[in-house]
Amino acid sequence: MSEYTEKFDATGLNCPLPILRSKKVLTSMNSGEVLYVIATDSGSVKDFDAFCKQTGHELLESSEAEGKYHYYIKKT
Amino acid sequence: MAAKKLALIATKGTLDWAYPPFILASTAAAIGYETQIFFTFYGLQLLKKDLDLKVSPLGNPGMPMPMGMDKWFPTIGTAIPGMEAMMTSMMKAKMKNKGVASVADLREMCLEADVKMIACQMTVDLFDMQPSEFIDGIDYAGATTFFEFAGESDVNLFI
Repeated sequence: MSEYTEKFDATGLNCPLPILRSKKVLTSMNSGEVLYVIATDSGSVKDFDAFCKQTGHELLESSEAEGKYHYYIKKT
Repeated sequence: MAAKKLALIATKGTLDWAYPPFILASTAAAIGYETQIFFTFYGLQLLKKDLDLKVSPLGNPGMPMPMGMDKWFPTIGTAIPGMEAMMTSMMKAKMKNKGVASVADLREMCLEADVKMIACQMTVDLFDMQPSEFIDGIDYAGATTFFEFAGESDVNLFI
C-alpha cells in the first residue's frame, strides 16, 4: 500500500463517475499530492490510464486486488 | 498546448439519447476539453428543470429487452398503452442497479465542469417553451453563434 494524501472510494460507481468524481477531488488538491482511488468498474483501468495521459497527472500505480482496482494518482 | 474543443449538438429528447451528450461532455471536460453543447428540437427536453425523459421500444428494434423478448415480441406490442412507461421504469431501475449516474446528476456534473449549455432560441420559440421551464445557467442562441465555437472545435458531434 503506497502513501497517499487523499483517498476516494469509487466502488459501485460506473463510467464516467470514477473519473469525474476523481477529477473533482484532484482539483481541490495541491500539486505533488497523491490521490488514492478504489474502483470496481473494470472499464476504469483504461480510463485512468487515458485520464492521466491526457491531463498530465502521473499514474503512480494501477493494480487489482480482491476484485477491486487501486489507483495512485499524483497531481502535477 | 491550448485546450482542445468539443462541440456537441443534442437533438433528441429520450432517456437513451440523453446519456451520450452528457457523458461525452462531462468526460471531455474532465480531461480538459473546452466543451459546449447546443440543444435543439427535442434536445431541449434535456434542459428542463423537471426531467421527465422516457424511452420506448417502439421504433427501437435495437433495444435489448429482458427475457429475450426482443427476439419474439411483436412490434405492434410495443405500442400497447403503458408499454413506454413500463420500459422507462425498467430502464431506470436497471441503471440504478448498475450504478449508472442519473441524467440529472450527469447534467449537474457538466455544469460544475463549466460545460457551456446553449438552448436553440428558434426551437424554444417554436415549441412555445418558457425560460422558466429550463435549468439556470444556460444561454440562448442560434446556430450562427454556435458556429463560432463549433467552427474552431477539434471534435464536433451531432447526436
